[in-house]
Amino acid sequence: MTDFFAMGGYAAYVWSAYGITLLVLVVSAWTARRRRLDALERVRQMLLQQSPRRQATVRTME
Amino acid sequence: MPLPRWFHILGSPPHAYRLAEVCRPWAGWLALLLLVGGTFAGLVLAPPDYQMGDSFRIIYVHVPAAYLGTRLYLLLAVAAAIGFIWRIKLAHAVAASVAPLGAAFVIVAMATGAIWGKPMWGTYWQWGDARLVSWLVQLFLYVGYMALHASFDDRDKADRVSAILAVVGIVNVPIIYYSVEWWTTLHQGPTIMKFDRPSIKDDMLIPLLMMIAGFVVCFVWLLLNRLQGEIVERERDARWLQQLATEPGK
Repeated sequence: MTDFFAMGGYAAYVWSAYGITLLVLVVSAWTARRRRLDALERVRQMLLQQSPRRQATVRTME
Repeated sequence: MPLPRWFHILGSPPHAYRLAEVCRPWAGWLALLLLVGGTFAGLVLAPPDYQMGDSFRIIYVHVPAAYLGTRLYLLLAVAAAIGFIWRIKLAHAVAASVAPLGAAFVIVAMATGAIWGKPMWGTYWQWGDARLVSWLVQLFLYVGYMALHASFDDRDKADRVSAILAVVGIVNVPIIYYSVEWWTTLHQGPTIMKFDRPSIKDDMLIPLLMMIAGFVVCFVWLLLNRLQGEIVERERDARWLQQLATEPGK
């Protein structure tokens, strides 16, 4: 097991390369997912702000 | 030039959004499976290289990232060109979604390449190496597309102007590809893509193919998320989207 982590003397290089890759992938995944959910949330907020006004116009028309 | 009908159906935002919604979870789990399996195979099962020792294991993150780093630029340029020529909104949305992902994979390729270069070549970076410098140009092209796109308030104008940059930037792709053959400096030639037989053994090759597949599917998952976000941004006034946004559980 210690041998595995030592990577034949290249531990610093191998683990930092894999660490950077993991970091970039996790950050990319988080931001990509966040952008999708935030965009949907903004549409919902927009609709919520519009709906009282819409109801108000309907009422005045009645 | 007229386009086939299926192209217009596929290019309709509601259709693309729903297709992405179906495919996204599959891509996510498949990517996770391939990446975990490929990493295990690459770090544990593959034997150390007789010349490079265990440092060669960096290949399993470096090559897939580099593979996507150049291929995604072609996707970006083709999508931008389709959007420009046939005025298909979805194509511009694809281009805008690909750019930050391409930049991320180029960063991984360059960072892991630099780390690998230190024990193998004795240096992280060399300005005289054509392969290394053409990669930096590739990064600037992705970032340039994003910066140019963000600099316009009018989205249609942003799409069209940055599409021109994307198409012009294609000249860098063959330069990256042939740089190792035109100017022989630090970077070695291709390992798997040779026309005869790949110069790599099966127990080292299979983890690499798993990792390439994992990176590609992972990109698909990232793209579907970003594309759905772009479609929502661009279609916020459309009735289909407003209905979908108010459905419970979405």
